[in-house]
Amino acid sequence: MAGGHDAHVLYRPGSSPMHRLAPEAKLAATVAFTVAVVSTPREAFWAFGGYAVLVGLVAAVARIPPGWLARRAAIELPFVALAFALPFLAAGPRVDWAGLSLSVDGLLGGWNILAKATLGLLASLLLVGTTTVRDLIVGLDRLRCPAPLTQIATFMLRYLDVLVGESRRMRVARLARGDDPRFLWQVRGFAAGLGALFLRAYERGERVWLAMRARGWTGRMPAGLSATGVATARQWSAAASVPAVAAAVAIAAVVTA
Amino acid sequence: MDGLALHIADGVIETPVAAGFAALAVAVVVVCLARGRRALDDRLAPMAGLVAAFVFAAQMLNFPVLPGVSGHLVGGALAALLVGPWVAALCVSVVLVVQALVFADGGLSALGLNITNMALVGTAAAYLVIVVLLRVLPRTLAGLAVTAFAASMISVVVAALAFVGEYWVGGGVELRAGLGEVTGVMAGVHALIGIGEGLITAVTVVTVARVRPDLVYALRGARPASTTAPAPVTGGSVE
Repeated sequence: MAGGHDAHVLYRPGSSPMHRLAPEAKLAATVAFTVAVVSTPREAFWAFGGYAVLVGLVAAVARIPPGWLARRAAIELPFVALAFALPFLAAGPRVDWAGLSLSVDGLLGGWNILAKATLGLLASLLLVGTTTVRDLIVGLDRLRCPAPLTQIATFMLRYLDVLVGESRRMRVARLARGDDPRFLWQVRGFAAGLGALFLRAYERGERVWLAMRARGWTGRMPAGLSATGVATARQWSAAASVPAVAAAVAIAAVVTA
Repeated sequence: MDGLALHIADGVIETPVAAGFAALAVAVVVVCLARGRRALDDRLAPMAGLVAAFVFAAQMLNFPVLPGVSGHLVGGALAALLVGPWVAALCVSVVLVVQALVFADGGLSALGLNITNMALVGTAAAYLVIVVLLRVLPRTLAGLAVTAFAASMISVVVAALAFVGEYWVGGGVELRAGLGEVTGVMAGVHALIGIGEGLITAVTVVTVARVRPDLVYALRGARPASTTAPAPVTGGSVE
Protein backbone atom coordinates (compact mmCIF):
# COMPACT_ATOMS: atom_id res chain seq x y z
CA MET A 1 0.00 0.00 0.00
CA ALA A 2 2.75 2.42 -0.80
CA GLY A 3 2.43 5.09 -3.45
CA GLY A 4 3.05 8.70 -2.66
CA HIS A 5 -0.48 9.99 -2.95
CA ASP A 6 -1.75 10.55 0.54
CA ALA A 7 -4.67 12.88 -0.04
CA HIS A 8 -3.67 15.94 1.99
CA VAL A 9 0.02 15.38 2.41
CA LEU A 10 1.10 18.28 0.17
CA TYR A 11 -1.04 20.99 1.79
CA ARG A 12 0.66 23.10 4.43
CA PRO A 13 -1.90 25.03 6.48
CA GLY A 14 -1.15 28.68 7.06
CA SER A 15 -2.42 32.22 6.68
CA SER A 16 0.24 33.82 4.51
CA PRO A 17 -0.68 36.18 1.66
CA MET A 18 -0.17 33.21 -0.69
CA HIS A 19 -2.69 31.14 1.27
CA ARG A 20 -5.24 33.96 1.12
CA LEU A 21 -4.85 34.59 -2.61
CA ALA A 22 -7.86 33.43 -4.65
CA PRO A 23 -7.24 29.93 -6.11
CA GLU A 24 -8.02 30.85 -9.74
CA ALA A 25 -5.33 33.56 -9.68
CA LYS A 26 -2.77 31.18 -8.16
CA LEU A 27 -3.62 28.45 -10.69
CA ALA A 28 -3.35 30.73 -13.71
CA ALA A 29 -0.10 32.25 -12.39
CA THR A 30 1.44 28.81 -11.81
CA VAL A 31 0.58 27.60 -15.31
CA ALA A 32 1.87 30.84 -16.89
CA PHE A 33 5.09 30.65 -14.88
CA THR A 34 5.63 27.02 -15.94
CA VAL A 35 5.06 27.88 -19.60
CA ALA A 36 7.59 30.74 -19.34
CA VAL A 37 10.14 28.37 -17.77
CA VAL A 38 9.78 25.59 -20.35
CA SER A 39 9.93 28.09 -23.23
CA THR A 40 13.36 29.38 -22.15
CA PRO A 41 16.32 28.29 -24.31
CA ARG A 42 18.45 25.81 -22.39
CA GLU A 43 21.72 27.72 -22.92
CA ALA A 44 20.40 30.76 -21.00
CA PHE A 45 21.71 29.53 -17.66
CA TRP A 46 21.26 32.94 -15.99
CA ALA A 47 17.52 32.85 -16.75
CA PHE A 48 17.06 29.66 -14.72
CA GLY A 49 18.87 31.33 -11.84
CA GLY A 50 16.35 34.17 -12.14
CA TYR A 51 13.44 31.73 -11.99
CA ALA A 52 14.95 30.06 -8.94
CA VAL A 53 15.15 33.47 -7.21
CA LEU A 54 11.46 34.06 -8.08
CA VAL A 55 10.49 30.68 -6.64
CA GLY A 56 12.48 31.49 -3.50
CA LEU A 57 10.72 34.84 -3.11
CA VAL A 58 7.27 33.25 -3.49
CA ALA A 59 8.21 30.54 -0.99
CA ALA A 60 9.25 33.27 1.46
CA VAL A 61 5.93 35.09 0.97
CA ALA A 62 4.09 31.78 1.46
CA ARG A 63 6.25 31.11 4.58
CA ILE A 64 7.17 27.66 3.28
CA PRO A 65 10.59 26.55 4.55
CA PRO A 66 13.13 25.31 1.95
CA GLY A 67 13.46 21.94 3.69
CA TRP A 68 9.75 21.24 3.27
CA LEU A 69 10.01 22.01 -0.46
CA ALA A 70 13.19 19.97 -0.92
CA ARG A 71 11.77 16.85 0.74
CA ARG A 72 8.68 16.93 -1.44
CA ALA A 73 10.63 17.78 -4.58
CA ALA A 74 12.35 14.40 -4.27
CA ILE A 75 9.21 12.79 -5.76
CA GLU A 76 10.35 14.00 -9.17
CA LEU A 77 13.45 11.82 -9.21
CA PRO A 78 11.93 8.86 -11.09
CA PHE A 79 10.43 11.25 -13.63
CA VAL A 80 13.72 12.90 -14.53
CA ALA A 81 15.66 9.66 -14.99
CA LEU A 82 15.81 10.62 -18.66
CA ALA A 83 17.85 13.71 -17.71
CA PHE A 84 20.61 11.53 -16.29
CA ALA A 85 20.45 9.06 -19.18
CA LEU A 86 20.66 11.64 -21.98
CA PRO A 87 24.42 12.44 -21.68
CA PHE A 88 25.05 8.76 -22.52
CA LEU A 89 22.38 8.30 -25.16
CA ALA A 90 22.55 11.49 -27.20
CA ALA A 91 24.28 11.87 -30.55
CA GLY A 92 26.83 14.51 -31.58
CA PRO A 93 30.26 15.66 -30.32
CA ARG A 94 31.42 14.12 -27.04
CA VAL A 95 33.59 15.14 -24.10
CA ASP A 96 35.54 12.89 -21.75
CA TRP A 97 34.86 13.46 -18.07
CA ALA A 98 36.12 11.21 -15.25
CA GLY A 99 36.61 8.39 -17.72
CA LEU A 100 33.10 8.67 -19.16
CA SER A 101 32.40 9.65 -22.74
CA LEU A 102 29.49 12.08 -22.56
CA SER A 103 27.61 13.83 -25.34
CA VAL A 104 27.71 17.63 -25.19
CA ASP A 105 24.22 17.86 -26.63
CA GLY A 106 23.03 15.23 -24.15
CA LEU A 107 24.54 17.08 -21.19
CA LEU A 108 22.75 20.25 -22.25
CA GLY A 109 19.53 18.29 -22.83
CA GLY A 110 19.80 16.62 -19.43
CA TRP A 111 20.38 19.98 -17.76
CA ASN A 112 17.41 21.35 -19.67
CA ILE A 113 15.05 18.64 -18.37
CA LEU A 114 16.43 18.73 -14.83
CA ALA A 115 16.18 22.54 -14.52
CA LYS A 116 12.74 22.88 -16.10
CA ALA A 117 11.22 19.87 -14.34
CA THR A 118 12.55 21.05 -10.96
CA LEU A 119 11.31 24.63 -11.40
CA GLY A 120 7.92 23.41 -12.63
CA LEU A 121 7.65 21.02 -9.70
CA LEU A 122 8.60 23.73 -7.18
CA ALA A 123 5.94 26.04 -8.66
CA SER A 124 3.36 23.23 -8.40
CA LEU A 125 4.40 22.51 -4.82
CA LEU A 126 4.02 26.19 -3.88
CA LEU A 127 0.51 26.09 -5.38
CA VAL A 128 -0.69 22.90 -3.66
CA GLY A 129 1.18 23.76 -0.46
CA THR A 130 -0.92 26.89 -0.04
CA THR A 131 -4.25 25.81 -1.57
CA THR A 132 -6.69 23.22 -0.25
CA VAL A 133 -7.95 20.57 -2.65
CA ARG A 134 -11.45 22.04 -2.53
CA ASP A 135 -10.12 25.48 -3.46
CA LEU A 136 -8.14 24.02 -6.37
CA ILE A 137 -11.37 22.60 -7.81
CA VAL A 138 -13.15 25.93 -7.21
CA GLY A 139 -10.29 27.64 -9.02
CA LEU A 140 -10.58 25.28 -12.00
CA ASP A 141 -14.32 25.94 -12.06
CA ARG A 142 -13.80 29.71 -12.16
CA LEU A 143 -11.24 29.35 -14.95
CA ARG A 144 -14.10 27.96 -17.09
CA CYS A 145 -13.09 24.31 -16.83
CA PRO A 146 -16.20 22.35 -17.98
CA ALA A 147 -18.47 21.72 -14.98
CA PRO A 148 -18.77 17.94 -15.54
CA LEU A 149 -14.97 17.64 -15.27
CA THR A 150 -14.77 19.55 -11.99
CA GLN A 151 -17.74 17.56 -10.68
CA ILE A 152 -16.04 14.27 -11.55
CA ALA A 153 -12.87 15.51 -9.86
CA THR A 154 -14.86 16.56 -6.78
CA PHE A 155 -16.51 13.16 -6.46
CA MET A 156 -13.23 11.42 -7.10
CA LEU A 157 -11.39 13.30 -4.37
CA ARG A 158 -14.30 12.95 -1.94
CA TYR A 159 -14.50 9.16 -2.31
CA LEU A 160 -10.81 8.43 -2.82
CA ASP A 161 -10.16 8.05 0.90
CA VAL A 162 -13.20 5.76 1.21
CA LEU A 163 -11.96 3.47 -1.56
CA VAL A 164 -8.37 3.52 -0.31
CA GLY A 165 -9.62 2.59 3.18
CA GLU A 166 -11.72 -0.18 1.69
CA SER A 167 -8.79 -1.60 -0.28
CA ARG A 168 -6.61 -1.40 2.83
CA ARG A 169 -9.17 -3.44 4.81
CA MET A 170 -9.42 -6.00 1.99
CA ARG A 171 -5.63 -6.32 1.95
CA VAL A 172 -5.49 -6.85 5.71
CA ALA A 173 -8.22 -9.50 5.38
CA ARG A 174 -6.24 -11.20 2.61
CA LEU A 175 -2.99 -11.21 4.57
CA ALA A 176 -4.81 -12.40 7.71
CA ARG A 177 -5.90 -15.46 5.72
CA GLY A 178 -2.34 -16.33 4.84
CA ASP A 179 -1.94 -14.72 1.40
CA ASP A 180 1.68 -13.63 1.00
CA PRO A 181 2.31 -13.00 -2.70
CA ARG A 182 5.87 -12.45 -3.85
CA PHE A 183 5.76 -13.18 -7.57
CA LEU A 184 3.68 -11.82 -10.39
CA TRP A 185 1.99 -15.20 -10.97
CA GLN A 186 0.62 -15.08 -7.42
CA VAL A 187 -1.46 -11.95 -7.97
CA ARG A 188 -4.82 -13.71 -8.32
CA GLY A 189 -5.90 -12.68 -4.81
CA PHE A 190 -4.79 -9.11 -5.38
CA ALA A 191 -6.61 -8.83 -8.71
CA ALA A 192 -9.78 -10.46 -7.39
CA GLY A 193 -9.72 -7.85 -4.61
CA LEU A 194 -9.38 -5.17 -7.26
CA GLY A 195 -12.49 -6.55 -8.98
CA ALA A 196 -14.38 -6.45 -5.69
CA LEU A 197 -13.17 -2.88 -5.20
CA PHE A 198 -14.59 -1.90 -8.59
CA LEU A 199 -17.96 -3.50 -7.77
CA ARG A 200 -18.11 -1.63 -4.48
CA ALA A 201 -17.06 1.64 -6.12
CA TYR A 202 -19.61 1.31 -8.93
CA GLU A 203 -22.45 0.31 -6.65
CA ARG A 204 -21.54 3.09 -4.26
CA GLY A 205 -21.74 5.46 -7.21
CA GLU A 206 -25.22 4.20 -8.01
CA ARG A 207 -26.34 4.67 -4.41
CA VAL A 208 -24.82 8.16 -4.28
CA TRP A 209 -26.59 9.08 -7.51
CA LEU A 210 -29.94 7.81 -6.20
CA ALA A 211 -29.47 9.73 -2.96
CA MET A 212 -28.66 12.85 -4.98
CA ARG A 213 -31.71 12.34 -7.20
CA ALA A 214 -33.86 12.06 -4.10
CA ARG A 215 -32.53 15.46 -3.03
CA GLY A 216 -33.28 17.13 -6.36
CA TRP A 217 -30.05 16.61 -8.38
CA THR A 218 -30.46 17.49 -12.05
CA GLY A 219 -26.83 17.33 -13.15
CA ARG A 220 -25.83 20.81 -11.98
CA MET A 221 -24.17 21.91 -8.76
CA PRO A 222 -26.26 24.47 -6.85
CA ALA A 223 -25.03 27.99 -7.63
CA GLY A 224 -23.61 29.97 -4.72
CA LEU A 225 -21.62 27.11 -3.24
CA SER A 226 -18.41 28.80 -4.30
CA ALA A 227 -19.48 32.41 -4.66
CA THR A 228 -17.20 33.87 -1.98
CA GLY A 229 -13.52 34.68 -2.33
CA VAL A 230 -13.49 35.43 -6.06
CA ALA A 231 -10.21 37.04 -7.07
CA THR A 232 -10.24 40.84 -7.00
CA ALA A 233 -8.38 42.97 -9.52
CA ARG A 234 -5.71 43.54 -6.87
CA GLN A 235 -5.29 39.81 -6.31
CA TRP A 236 -5.07 39.18 -10.03
CA SER A 237 -2.33 41.78 -10.45
CA ALA A 238 -0.44 40.50 -7.41
CA ALA A 239 -0.58 36.93 -8.76
CA ALA A 240 0.33 38.10 -12.27
CA SER A 241 3.51 39.81 -11.07
CA VAL A 242 5.42 36.52 -10.78
CA PRO A 243 4.66 35.11 -14.26
CA ALA A 244 5.13 38.65 -15.69
CA VAL A 245 8.69 38.79 -14.37
CA ALA A 246 9.24 35.22 -15.56
CA ALA A 247 7.92 36.09 -19.02
CA ALA A 248 10.26 39.11 -19.17
CA VAL A 249 13.19 36.85 -18.26
CA ALA A 250 12.10 34.29 -20.89
CA ILE A 251 11.80 36.93 -23.61
CA ALA A 252 15.20 38.37 -22.70
CA ALA A 253 16.67 34.86 -22.83
CA VAL A 254 15.14 34.18 -26.25
CA VAL A 255 16.37 37.52 -27.61
CA THR A 256 19.93 37.11 -26.34
CA ALA A 257 20.17 33.45 -27.35
CA MET B 1 7.96 -1.12 -12.98
CA ASP B 2 6.39 2.28 -13.24
CA GLY B 3 6.06 2.88 -16.95
CA LEU B 4 9.28 4.59 -17.92
CA ALA B 5 7.61 7.07 -20.22
CA LEU B 6 4.60 7.72 -18.01
CA HIS B 7 4.09 11.06 -16.29
CA ILE B 8 6.29 13.23 -18.48
CA ALA B 9 7.89 16.10 -16.53
CA ASP B 10 8.18 19.76 -17.58
CA GLY B 11 10.88 20.48 -20.14
CA VAL B 12 11.18 17.01 -21.69
CA ILE B 13 9.23 17.96 -24.81
CA GLU B 14 9.59 21.39 -26.44
CA THR B 15 6.86 23.95 -25.69
CA PRO B 16 5.22 24.23 -29.16
CA VAL B 17 4.83 20.44 -29.39
CA ALA B 18 3.53 20.24 -25.82
CA ALA B 19 1.06 23.04 -26.59
CA GLY B 20 -0.12 21.22 -29.71
CA PHE B 21 -0.80 18.04 -27.76
CA ALA B 22 -2.53 20.06 -25.03
CA ALA B 23 -4.92 21.45 -27.66
CA LEU B 24 -5.47 17.93 -29.03
CA ALA B 25 -6.14 16.59 -25.52
CA VAL B 26 -8.66 19.36 -24.78
CA ALA B 27 -10.51 18.67 -28.04
CA VAL B 28 -10.73 14.92 -27.46
CA VAL B 29 -11.72 15.32 -23.80
CA VAL B 30 -14.57 17.61 -24.88
CA VAL B 31 -15.79 14.88 -27.26
CA CYS B 32 -15.49 12.30 -24.46
CA LEU B 33 -17.53 14.60 -22.21
CA ALA B 34 -20.32 14.81 -24.76
CA ARG B 35 -20.33 11.04 -25.33
CA GLY B 36 -20.09 10.33 -21.62
CA ARG B 37 -23.01 12.61 -20.88
CA ARG B 38 -25.06 10.90 -23.58
CA ALA B 39 -24.37 7.53 -21.94
CA LEU B 40 -24.77 8.52 -18.31
CA ASP B 41 -26.85 11.74 -18.31
CA ASP B 42 -27.14 13.18 -14.80
CA ARG B 43 -25.37 10.10 -13.44
CA LEU B 44 -22.13 11.21 -15.10
CA ALA B 45 -20.62 13.09 -12.14
CA PRO B 46 -21.21 10.53 -9.39
CA MET B 47 -20.58 7.45 -11.56
CA ALA B 48 -17.53 8.71 -13.42
CA GLY B 49 -16.28 10.25 -10.17
CA LEU B 50 -16.42 6.91 -8.39
CA VAL B 51 -14.81 5.10 -11.34
CA ALA B 52 -12.06 7.75 -11.39
CA ALA B 53 -11.56 7.23 -7.65
CA PHE B 54 -11.32 3.49 -8.37
CA VAL B 55 -8.69 4.06 -11.09
CA PHE B 56 -6.77 6.35 -8.74
CA ALA B 57 -6.97 3.85 -5.87
CA ALA B 58 -5.95 1.01 -8.21
CA GLN B 59 -2.86 3.00 -9.26
CA MET B 60 -1.89 3.38 -5.61
CA LEU B 61 -1.96 -0.37 -4.96
CA ASN B 62 1.36 -2.08 -5.51
CA PHE B 63 1.46 -5.71 -6.55
CA PRO B 64 4.49 -7.97 -6.35
CA VAL B 65 6.40 -8.82 -9.51
CA LEU B 66 9.49 -10.40 -8.00
CA PRO B 67 10.68 -10.28 -4.40
CA GLY B 68 11.58 -6.64 -3.81
CA VAL B 69 10.11 -5.44 -7.11
CA SER B 70 6.57 -4.19 -7.29
CA GLY B 71 4.50 -2.49 -9.93
CA HIS B 72 1.23 -0.68 -10.19
CA LEU B 73 -1.54 -0.41 -12.72
CA VAL B 74 -2.16 2.37 -15.26
CA GLY B 75 -5.77 1.23 -15.53
CA GLY B 76 -6.87 2.71 -18.87
CA ALA B 77 -7.65 -0.66 -20.43
CA LEU B 78 -9.37 -1.86 -17.25
CA ALA B 79 -11.61 1.21 -17.21
CA ALA B 80 -12.33 0.84 -20.95
CA LEU B 81 -13.46 -2.77 -20.37
CA LEU B 82 -15.64 -1.87 -17.42
CA VAL B 83 -17.22 1.48 -18.33
CA GLY B 84 -16.56 1.95 -22.05
CA PRO B 85 -13.97 4.05 -23.89
CA TRP B 86 -15.52 7.52 -23.45
CA VAL B 87 -16.08 7.44 -19.71
CA ALA B 88 -12.77 5.58 -19.27
CA ALA B 89 -10.79 8.25 -21.14
CA LEU B 90 -12.62 10.90 -19.10
CA CYS B 91 -11.83 9.18 -15.80
CA VAL B 92 -8.14 8.65 -16.58
CA SER B 93 -7.88 12.29 -17.78
CA VAL B 94 -9.37 13.55 -14.51
CA VAL B 95 -7.01 11.30 -12.57
CA LEU B 96 -4.04 12.77 -14.47
CA VAL B 97 -5.22 16.37 -13.99
CA VAL B 98 -5.65 15.79 -10.26
CA GLN B 99 -2.29 14.03 -10.02
CA ALA B 100 -0.59 17.00 -11.71
CA LEU B 101 -2.49 19.68 -9.76
CA VAL B 102 -2.96 18.17 -6.30
CA PHE B 103 -0.07 15.73 -6.07
CA ALA B 104 2.49 17.45 -8.36
CA ASP B 105 2.91 14.22 -10.38
CA GLY B 106 3.94 15.07 -13.93
CA GLY B 107 4.57 18.59 -15.21
CA LEU B 108 1.75 21.12 -15.65
CA SER B 109 3.05 22.06 -19.10
CA ALA B 110 3.25 18.35 -20.02
CA LEU B 111 -0.32 17.61 -18.92
CA GLY B 112 -1.56 17.57 -22.53
CA LEU B 113 1.12 15.02 -23.45
CA ASN B 114 0.35 12.83 -20.44
CA ILE B 115 -3.40 12.91 -21.12
CA THR B 116 -2.82 12.15 -24.80
CA ASN B 117 -0.62 9.12 -24.06
CA MET B 118 -2.27 7.50 -21.08
CA ALA B 119 -5.90 8.61 -21.22
CA LEU B 120 -6.57 8.95 -24.94
CA VAL B 121 -4.10 6.89 -26.98
CA GLY B 122 -3.86 4.10 -24.40
CA THR B 123 -7.61 3.82 -23.94
CA ALA B 124 -8.33 4.04 -27.68
CA ALA B 125 -5.82 1.29 -28.44
CA ALA B 126 -7.27 -0.88 -25.70
CA TYR B 127 -10.79 -0.38 -26.94
CA LEU B 128 -9.92 -1.20 -30.56
CA VAL B 129 -8.40 -4.47 -29.38
CA ILE B 130 -11.46 -5.16 -27.22
CA VAL B 131 -13.89 -4.58 -30.09
CA VAL B 132 -11.95 -6.79 -32.49
CA LEU B 133 -11.16 -9.64 -30.09
CA LEU B 134 -14.66 -9.86 -28.61
CA ARG B 135 -16.02 -10.40 -32.13
CA VAL B 136 -13.46 -13.10 -32.87
CA LEU B 137 -13.19 -14.92 -29.56
CA PRO B 138 -15.97 -16.98 -27.96
CA ARG B 139 -18.11 -15.05 -25.50
CA THR B 140 -16.90 -16.91 -22.46
CA LEU B 141 -14.97 -15.89 -19.38
CA ALA B 142 -11.82 -17.28 -21.01
CA GLY B 143 -12.44 -15.18 -24.11
CA LEU B 144 -12.95 -12.13 -21.93
CA ALA B 145 -9.75 -12.86 -20.00
CA VAL B 146 -7.70 -13.16 -23.21
CA THR B 147 -9.25 -9.95 -24.54
CA ALA B 148 -8.50 -8.08 -21.31
CA PHE B 149 -4.91 -9.34 -21.25
CA ALA B 150 -4.21 -8.40 -24.87
CA ALA B 151 -5.99 -5.05 -24.64
CA SER B 152 -4.11 -3.82 -21.58
CA MET B 153 -0.75 -5.09 -22.76
CA ILE B 154 -1.15 -3.42 -26.15
CA SER B 155 -2.44 -0.23 -24.55
CA VAL B 156 0.69 0.08 -22.37
CA VAL B 157 2.98 -0.50 -25.36
CA VAL B 158 1.07 1.93 -27.60
CA ALA B 159 1.07 4.63 -24.88
CA ALA B 160 4.85 4.22 -24.59
CA LEU B 161 5.24 4.44 -28.37
CA ALA B 162 3.15 7.63 -28.35
CA PHE B 163 5.82 9.06 -26.05
CA VAL B 164 8.55 7.93 -28.49
CA GLY B 165 6.67 9.72 -31.26
CA GLU B 166 6.32 12.88 -29.19
CA TYR B 167 9.98 12.77 -28.25
CA TRP B 168 10.94 12.38 -31.88
CA VAL B 169 8.89 15.43 -32.85
CA GLY B 170 9.83 17.69 -29.94
CA GLY B 171 12.50 16.08 -27.81
CA GLY B 172 15.21 18.62 -28.51
CA VAL B 173 18.13 16.21 -28.12
CA GLU B 174 19.05 13.84 -30.93
CA LEU B 175 19.80 10.31 -29.74
CA ARG B 176 22.58 8.05 -30.93
CA ALA B 177 20.14 5.22 -31.47
CA GLY B 178 17.86 5.42 -34.49
CA LEU B 179 14.08 5.68 -34.34
CA GLY B 180 13.70 1.98 -35.03
CA GLU B 181 16.10 1.01 -32.26
CA VAL B 182 14.44 3.29 -29.66
CA THR B 183 11.02 2.06 -30.70
CA GLY B 184 12.16 -1.54 -30.30
CA VAL B 185 13.63 -0.98 -26.83
CA MET B 186 10.63 0.98 -25.59
CA ALA B 187 8.18 -1.58 -27.01
CA GLY B 188 10.14 -4.44 -25.46
CA VAL B 189 10.38 -2.89 -22.00
CA HIS B 190 6.75 -1.88 -21.99
CA ALA B 191 5.63 -5.28 -23.26
CA LEU B 192 7.15 -6.71 -20.07
CA ILE B 193 5.35 -4.08 -17.99
CA GLY B 194 2.22 -4.82 -20.02
CA ILE B 195 2.30 -8.50 -19.01
CA GLY B 196 1.77 -7.50 -15.38
CA GLU B 197 -0.90 -4.98 -16.29
CA GLY B 198 -2.56 -7.58 -18.55
CA LEU B 199 -2.62 -10.36 -15.96
CA ILE B 200 -4.16 -8.13 -13.31
CA THR B 201 -6.67 -6.58 -15.69
CA ALA B 202 -7.77 -10.03 -16.89
CA VAL B 203 -8.34 -11.42 -13.39
CA THR B 204 -10.06 -8.22 -12.26
CA VAL B 205 -12.46 -8.12 -15.20
CA VAL B 206 -13.27 -11.83 -14.89
CA THR B 207 -14.01 -11.33 -11.19
CA VAL B 208 -16.47 -8.54 -12.02
CA ALA B 209 -17.99 -10.53 -14.90
CA ARG B 210 -18.67 -13.51 -12.61
CA VAL B 211 -20.59 -11.41 -10.08
CA ARG B 212 -22.15 -8.63 -12.14
CA PRO B 213 -21.75 -9.29 -15.89
CA ASP B 214 -24.13 -6.40 -16.53
CA LEU B 215 -21.46 -3.99 -15.21
CA VAL B 216 -18.85 -5.05 -17.78
CA TYR B 217 -19.33 -2.58 -20.60
CA ALA B 218 -17.44 -4.74 -23.10
CA LEU B 219 -19.95 -7.59 -22.65
CA ARG B 220 -22.99 -5.40 -23.05
CA GLY B 221 -25.36 -5.99 -25.97
CA ALA B 222 -24.70 -7.53 -29.35
CA ARG B 223 -22.66 -4.59 -30.57
CA PRO B 224 -19.82 -3.91 -28.14
CA ALA B 225 -19.34 -0.44 -29.58
CA SER B 226 -22.83 0.79 -28.65
CA THR B 227 -23.15 3.49 -26.03
CA THR B 228 -26.57 2.66 -24.65
CA ALA B 229 -27.17 3.75 -21.09
CA PRO B 230 -26.86 0.97 -18.53
CA ALA B 231 -29.93 0.25 -16.45
CA PRO B 232 -29.54 1.88 -13.06
CA VAL B 233 -29.29 -0.61 -10.27
CA THR B 234 -31.61 0.31 -7.46
CA GLY B 235 -31.13 -2.53 -5.06
CA GLY B 236 -28.58 -4.54 -3.21
CA SER B 237 -24.90 -4.39 -2.83
CA VAL B 238 -22.32 -7.07 -2.34
CA GLU B 239 -20.83 -5.45 0.73
